[in-house]
Amino acid sequence: MKFIDEFRDPVLARKVSESLKKITTRHWIIMEVCGGQTHAIVKFGVDELLPDQVMLVHGPGCPVCVTPVELIDKAIEIASKPGVILCSFGDMLRVPGSKGDLFSIKAQGGDVRFVYSPLDALKLARQHLDKEVVFFAVGFETTAPANAMAVKQAAVEKIQNFSILVSHVLVPPAMEAILSSKKNRVQGFLAAGHVCTIMGYEEYFPLAKKYHVPIVVTGFEPLDILQGVYMCVKQLEEGRAEVENQYTRAVAMRGNQAAQELIREIFTITPRRWRGIGEIPKSGLALQDAYAEFDAEMRFGVAEMVVEESTECISGLILQGLKNPRECPAFGTRCTPEKPLGATMVSSEGACAAYYRYRQYEPEGASSEPE
Amino acid sequence: MNQNNLAEPLDFNLTCPIPIADYPRVTLAHGGGGRLMRDLIQKMFLSAFNNPYLNQLTDGASLAMTGAKLAFTTDSYVVRPIFFPGGDIGSLAIHGTINDLVMCGAKPLYLSVGLILEEGLPMTDLWRVINSMSSAAKLANVQIVTGDTKVVDQGKGDGIYINTSGIGQLYKDPIGPHLVKPGDGLILSGDIGRHGIAIMAVREGLEFESKIESDSASLAAVVDDLMTSGIEIHCMRDLTRGGLASGVIEIAQSSKSQINLVEDAIPVREDVQGACEILGLDPLYVANEGRFVVFAPKSEIDRTLDIMRRHELAKESALIGQVRTGTGGLVSLKTKIGTSRIVDLLSGEQLPRIC
Repeated sequence: MKFIDEFRDPVLARKVSESLKKITTRHWIIMEVCGGQTHAIVKFGVDELLPDQVMLVHGPGCPVCVTPVELIDKAIEIASKPGVILCSFGDMLRVPGSKGDLFSIKAQGGDVRFVYSPLDALKLARQHLDKEVVFFAVGFETTAPANAMAVKQAAVEKIQNFSILVSHVLVPPAMEAILSSKKNRVQGFLAAGHVCTIMGYEEYFPLAKKYHVPIVVTGFEPLDILQGVYMCVKQLEEGRAEVENQYTRAVAMRGNQAAQELIREIFTITPRRWRGIGEIPKSGLALQDAYAEFDAEMRFGVAEMVVEESTECISGLILQGLKNPRECPAFGTRCTPEKPLGATMVSSEGACAAYYRYRQYEPEGASSEPE
Repeated sequence: MNQNNLAEPLDFNLTCPIPIADYPRVTLAHGGGGRLMRDLIQKMFLSAFNNPYLNQLTDGASLAMTGAKLAFTTDSYVVRPIFFPGGDIGSLAIHGTINDLVMCGAKPLYLSVGLILEEGLPMTDLWRVINSMSSAAKLANVQIVTGDTKVVDQGKGDGIYINTSGIGQLYKDPIGPHLVKPGDGLILSGDIGRHGIAIMAVREGLEFESKIESDSASLAAVVDDLMTSGIEIHCMRDLTRGGLASGVIEIAQSSKSQINLVEDAIPVREDVQGACEILGLDPLYVANEGRFVVFAPKSEIDRTLDIMRRHELAKESALIGQVRTGTGGLVSLKTKIGTSRIVDLLSGEQLPRIC
């Protein structure tokens, strides 16, 4: 398939892998920021093609994983109310809150539906004027424009039975939180390609300079990731700390300015709690006052809910690149995709779930072909 | 057999035998045991399924099969929407049960049909479904010999649920995972993922534009050729819910063998691949309704492929993997970029990802 197969070409992959091995002289720790990249790395076994000295650690860029447990509880509280249709992206439904997940509310009779787009939720609001339709607006900068568009459209059409439960997070503040931590061990970043499709990569220049860290905007196919690692290692080996763009087929330096404009019109920057990490200043989006009527937290009176997280789950350490899923004593035993302790085990983009699915154990002679 | 055009009723050379003016929709009385129910059975079901066993209208069908080894199976169908690109709940209910029988190495002979209808179901929809069942059964040369109809209150069903059970005669001793051996080749009958994506594209709230049709089909003819070819087929599995991955993992686990797959050898149509890429789904886990895998001895792989490829629905059959001694119960995949990983069961349905 065009635009897919050429980025999964085994011969090219070997070539990049060989070049990378040639330029690597020391140990380096590189973080891929986005959960989509983590998933691709583990699914395609990209890490098998890296030199032993290069270690990839998995970043906080999985929106499902970092959504704080209290937001899940708020969604559950809202979905349990009569007359509400709660819409969400599919993979949020299985994420455990403090008492259960949205699937269990559906089983108890709640009207919980998964949709592909917030505009589909808006369509449901038009169709069901006797119901309150709430969209669980989760995600990074990538999904923010579509959520902003849904709110704007609702305002234009004066749709009064639509609201969103906002849990938007922003990537650069999370990267800065990792870099400024005393325990940080990340020496280079593969920045999240699709976030940059929207936001561009100008906001990484000050980060690269301040922390002297190379940042390479990287795509999601195996060859994208290999090339991203190559560019990052090359900078590290040469002592450079620049922002480079591997994902040129999708990302422009200034991003999608119409989308950015829309985000600024509807949302304002706010401090946000990250699951497993805690509060990070200026790291989230909330609705502007002018659009406060579409805020589901206000509409359903759940704004004040506070919930503490499970102490056993080490997802916070994993999301900061400080631990590997296999280092967690609960991994694969007390914590599995069927009974997750934390969100990194739930979402298919979560590092723990990816390891569980593709790396529970190593097969013997797995690479041998049919004879 | 693919009826893609949803606006146009399929096989509608027959008009509905229940006068629409009298009963445009199914009522509770159609399941009440009285005159309306008798009308429904005689005018609709008997005219569509017509055969000497059913026509007797006794409590059960009396079948003569002396000394035969039998396979017996049952399955229920709750697909939504009931009409989808490439098929409908009726043909699906026939194909599904036929396929379960043929996968055991049996020639399908007789089916039962249990209908649970929701009050208010348009009579024309019921007629389309019944007609579709009738054509699917005739095409596979099986007879619907007994049945049952119930009507539930509006809101208590999804239009129509169907249960079908089936009896088939084994060609020889039962086949299955117990016969799978190291060295066996694993052959897939064609591209995967079409049924799941076709259904997803028309499901309420998730609609997207697509021309992908379900692969729903009876596998009776191709399996008949395989089972009468003299090839020592070890095991077959149709790849329904959970897709190729789940089917192969189940066989690896029950046969306690390791199965190695090669991703590049697994055919996936470009439009299905595209839909999966957009939705964040893995085609290995997407449902099929007309695909199956065959485990055959290494020496018979070419002949098995030849026989399968003579059939239109299996013309893209391909060798996709091999059984190894290795770790029992494990399925590994050689990825497109030449690395390897394990293939594991999902904990539930695949869910579309956020971004």
